[in-house]
Amino acid sequence: MESLSNKKKVLEQKPLSFMERMYLPAIVKGMGITISHLFKKEATVRYPEVEREFSTNFRGMHSLKRDEKGRERCTACGLCALSCPAEAITMIAAERKPEEKHLYREEKYAATYEINMLRCIFCGLCEEACPKEAIYLDGPIVPADYLRKDFIYGKDKLVEAPLEMKK
Amino acid sequence: MDTGFIIEKFILVAVIFGISLVIAMYSTYAERKVAAFLQDRLGPDRAGPFGILQPLADGVKMFMKEEIIPTTSNRWLFIVGPGLALLCACIGTAVIPWGTPVLIAGKTISLQVTDINVGVLYIFGVVSLGVYGVMIGGWASNNKYSLLSAIRAASQNISYEIAMGLSIIALLLMTNTLSLKEIVAQQHGLNWNVWYQPLGFIIFMVCSFAETNRAPFDLPECETELIGGYHTEYSSMKLGFYLFAEYINMFVSSAVMAALYWGGYNYPGMDYVATHLGPTWAPLIGTGVFFLKIVLFIFFFMWVRWTIPRFRYDQLMNLGWKGLIPLAIANIIITGVVIAIIEKF
Repeated sequence: MESLSNKKKVLEQKPLSFMERMYLPAIVKGMGITISHLFKKEATVRYPEVEREFSTNFRGMHSLKRDEKGRERCTACGLCALSCPAEAITMIAAERKPEEKHLYREEKYAATYEINMLRCIFCGLCEEACPKEAIYLDGPIVPADYLRKDFIYGKDKLVEAPLEMKK
Repeated sequence: MDTGFIIEKFILVAVIFGISLVIAMYSTYAERKVAAFLQDRLGPDRAGPFGILQPLADGVKMFMKEEIIPTTSNRWLFIVGPGLALLCACIGTAVIPWGTPVLIAGKTISLQVTDINVGVLYIFGVVSLGVYGVMIGGWASNNKYSLLSAIRAASQNISYEIAMGLSIIALLLMTNTLSLKEIVAQQHGLNWNVWYQPLGFIIFMVCSFAETNRAPFDLPECETELIGGYHTEYSSMKLGFYLFAEYINMFVSSAVMAALYWGGYNYPGMDYVATHLGPTWAPLIGTGVFFLKIVLFIFFFMWVRWTIPRFRYDQLMNLGWKGLIPLAIANIIITGVVIAIIEKF
């Protein structure tokens, strides 16, 4: 029957010809192919020393951003936690005291802010939900660890370094 | 037999033993590197610069691993097997002439441990013994896969020894001697045997691939069918001995091929070098050339391994019995006729 795609290739098993039964021509040809690969560039990336560049829309570890005066932007509204499909984010809000004005931009701030990196699926919905542009998934790959408790990242790991430290 | 002679031979034996172990050690490294380069990879590069210390790391790993001797195995033979394999691999180097006699501190030292007048036969005997290590190990493991692998190894080695021996007979018709020293000495300059015996060389080479259980004839180690082959039950340094024996075998058969067919320590222009560099350095350069040839052959072994897929068992036997043996016999007849004609006229 005619095949619809015309891509079908009919193969028949013919007995090997004399040249094919000698093996040697085919072996020489194959050896030529393998030796040509000796001079090709290797595809390996020496990982811990060399890292492959991330694409621009790569989503890695979260960071909690500061504003231009070095104050934390997060106001603990909880929209990120609400939008999180994996329920990885928890936070406890607190009210800013007058002497803490240089630390937090809004009157309410997150006293604790925790992301469980084992739950997180790096979908970026928290980033989209945030009205204060406070959370971005712009970090590196989250490193491996031994204990489950060590994957719950608090503010110590998430909050961006203060401005003067960044310099 | 004076003490000086014994000391001289003892040092020579120690040096050759050390060199063959080091070459076997770095063959494991080279194998992985060659495999990597032929597959567009990097290969081991963590231990030391370019991974140079990888064989040492592997050795330490092998020694540190737990040693398991199965309770159902034949304990005595289980231990003898790997030792025998390594021993048979090592003693083959005794008759190979590594170079012309070299003058060191006013003494002429022969770079061959012993020049027995049946050197070729000795090599064959030792190579045939090598299969006992595999057989004993596979049988003593009391494991059906090991046993099957050992049977395969034995039948493969015995089948290919015939073609190998026949291909050598054609060479011996030309050389008129069984002494490796004289065979190599006859190939002075560029008068190498491979120019007169190309077919014999190809048969010999294919057979030595089979004798050393290397790809494409590595059926005894066929993982997809036989788990690990004859060393399935082995662990720790006993496994290391088997793997090591394979690489030493490869080294010895490379040396034999280079000595019998590719002129051993002979190279074009060696007379010029001999007259200009004196009796100390010229032989050592010849030895260097010999080792270069050996290294090229070892590379060839690896190159073939990463090119050609494994033969099926019936294909292997067909090639051995129906292909190589008739070819080798035809080669003997042609060589004999040509020699007769040349001597007549």
